[in-house]
Amino acid sequence: MKKREKFQETAIIIRQEEIADDIYSMWLATEQIAAHAKAGQFLSIYCNEGSRLLPRPISICEIDRPDDAVRIVYRVAGKGTDEFCRMRTGMHLTVTGPLGNGFPNEKKPALVIGGGIGIPPMLELAKSLDCEKKIVLGFRSELFLLEEFSGQGEIYLATEDGSAGIKGNVLDAVRNYRLTADVIYACGPAPMLRAVKEYAAAQGIECYISMEERMACGIGACLACVCHSAEKDLHTNVHNKRICKEGPVFRAEEVEIP
Amino acid sequence: MNTAVNLCGVTLKNPVMTASGTFGSGAEFAEFVDLNKLGAVVTKGVANVPWEGNPTPRVAEVYGGMLNAIGLQNPGVELFAQRDIPFLKQYDTKIIVNVCGHTVEEYAAVAERLSNEPVDLLEINISCPNVKEGGIAFGQSAKTVCEVTEEIKKYAKQPVIMKLSPNVSDIAEMARAAEAGGADAVSLINTLTGMKIDIHRRCFALANRTGGLSGPAVHPVAVRMVYESAQAVKIPVIGMGGIMTAEDAVEMILAGATAVSVGTANFTNMHATEEIIKGIERYMRQYHVADISELIGAVHDR
Repeated sequence: MKKREKFQETAIIIRQEEIADDIYSMWLATEQIAAHAKAGQFLSIYCNEGSRLLPRPISICEIDRPDDAVRIVYRVAGKGTDEFCRMRTGMHLTVTGPLGNGFPNEKKPALVIGGGIGIPPMLELAKSLDCEKKIVLGFRSELFLLEEFSGQGEIYLATEDGSAGIKGNVLDAVRNYRLTADVIYACGPAPMLRAVKEYAAAQGIECYISMEERMACGIGACLACVCHSAEKDLHTNVHNKRICKEGPVFRAEEVEIP
Repeated sequence: MNTAVNLCGVTLKNPVMTASGTFGSGAEFAEFVDLNKLGAVVTKGVANVPWEGNPTPRVAEVYGGMLNAIGLQNPGVELFAQRDIPFLKQYDTKIIVNVCGHTVEEYAAVAERLSNEPVDLLEINISCPNVKEGGIAFGQSAKTVCEVTEEIKKYAKQPVIMKLSPNVSDIAEMARAAEAGGADAVSLINTLTGMKIDIHRRCFALANRTGGLSGPAVHPVAVRMVYESAQAVKIPVIGMGGIMTAEDAVEMILAGATAVSVGTANFTNMHATEEIIKGIERYMRQYHVADISELIGAVHDR
C-alpha cells in the first residue's frame, strides 16, 4: 500500500482576520496536513451547514511546519466562504489535504506572478524558492499580503486603478520594468493566465500556471474539474486533465485555459 | 448478526455499494476508504471507446443537493479492463461495472468485452440526463427499456442491473419493462434533471445548461420510487438517491431495496460509505435484527 499523502482531518481555527475588503486570512491547526503540504497545493474545506454538500477548494497560502499549521487567504464569493469568514478562533472545520500537485522548484531565476485572489498561493512558493526571484503582484486597488512578500524578493506592483505601482495588469508591470527570468510561475484569473502563457511562449520562457475550476470530490474521482490538454492524458485516456489531481499546476503549454 | 445480501446470485458482505460516477474506479478513494469493507464498488460508466465528456463547469451546488453534467467522460473499456479491473481485484469486494453507450450496439460491445473479465455484475446506464444520445433516451419509454434490456442480455455473461431514470411519469412501469426484458435487477434513481442560473451573471451555472440533481434533496423521491418499483417487480431493487447516513440507507432497505448505493455523500464525507456500514450494524443491534433480509421491504402502514 502506498504511503498516505492526503488526510481528512478536523482542523481548529487558530485565528482569522479580514485583511482586505471581503478577503480573509485564516490559520488552521492540522495534524498531518501541514507536515505534508507544499506550495501550490490546496485544501478541500467542508461547510458545517449540512445543506452545503461540496467542499470548497482553497489554495494554501503559507505552511508553518513547526506549529503544524496552514494558512489560507480567500475571498468571500458565496455562501460557503461566507460561512467560513464568520468562524472564530477555536472553532472546527473538516479539511482534506494537501491536494493536487503543487509548484515544481526549478531552482533557476524565477518570475513569480500573482493576480487578485491568485496571489495567496504565490506566497508559500516565494518562500520556498531558494533562488533569484522577482515577484509581480496585480491588484484591483486594495493591497494585501505585501508585508509577508517583502523580503522574499524584488516586488513589483500593478493596480487596475493605478493607486499603487503600474496602472494596469501584471503583464504591464513585467513589460514596464523589463523583467526577465528563466521560469515563470503564475496564478490568477483566466484572462491573466492566458496573457502570461502567451508572453512566456513568445519569450521562450518555461512557464507554470495554477488553474481553477468547480470541483466536487477534489481527489480525481468525479471528473468535474477537467481542462483540455494538448496531449492525450495517460489517466483519462482523452484530451482532458483533472485540475484537482494532475494539477492545479500545469506547464502552460500542456493545457488550454478556458 | 448477518449483514450479507444476495444480489442476483452474488453475495455482498453488506448492502452498501458506491453510486456510479462518484467514486471513479475506487483508486482515488482507496487512500481514504478501506475498499475491503464495501459490499461492492460500482464503477463510473464505461463506454466501448473513450469519451471526452461535457464542457466545464460540470458541477454546481444547490440547496441540499448538487447538479452534475459530467457527460460520461470515461477512458474506454479497453484501458478500463487493463487498469481498473486488476486494481479492484486486489480488494475483497464485488465489482459492478456501470456501462454507457450512445447506441444499443455500443452497450453490447462493452458487455461483450467484459464477458471474460472478473466482473461480478453489470449496471446498464439508460438514465444519464447529460448526454444527447443513449442514456436517458433509452430510459424514458417502457418499450425501449424492454428492448434495450433484451438486446444487452444477449451479450452479457454477468447478471444485468438496469439503472432507471426518475424523469418518468410511472417508475413502476419502467421497472416492469426491465424485468420483462430479462433484467436481473434494477437500480434507481439516477439523477433528476435540474437547472441552476447564476443571477449575478445571468448565465446558466453549468456549461450544459441542465444537469442531474442528486443529494439529500432527492432522497424522499428516491424512497418513493424504490418502494413503487419493489412493489411492481420480483427481481431485486437497488436503492440510491441522496443517502447521506445509515438512517437514509435503512429507510431505502425498508422501502424494498436489497442493496443501496452511496453517491453524493462521498463528496461531503470521504468516509461516508464506511460510516453508513457501521451505522446499519448499530441499527440492527438496537432493534435486534439478526438478518438484514428481515428489513428488506419491511415497511408497513402506521
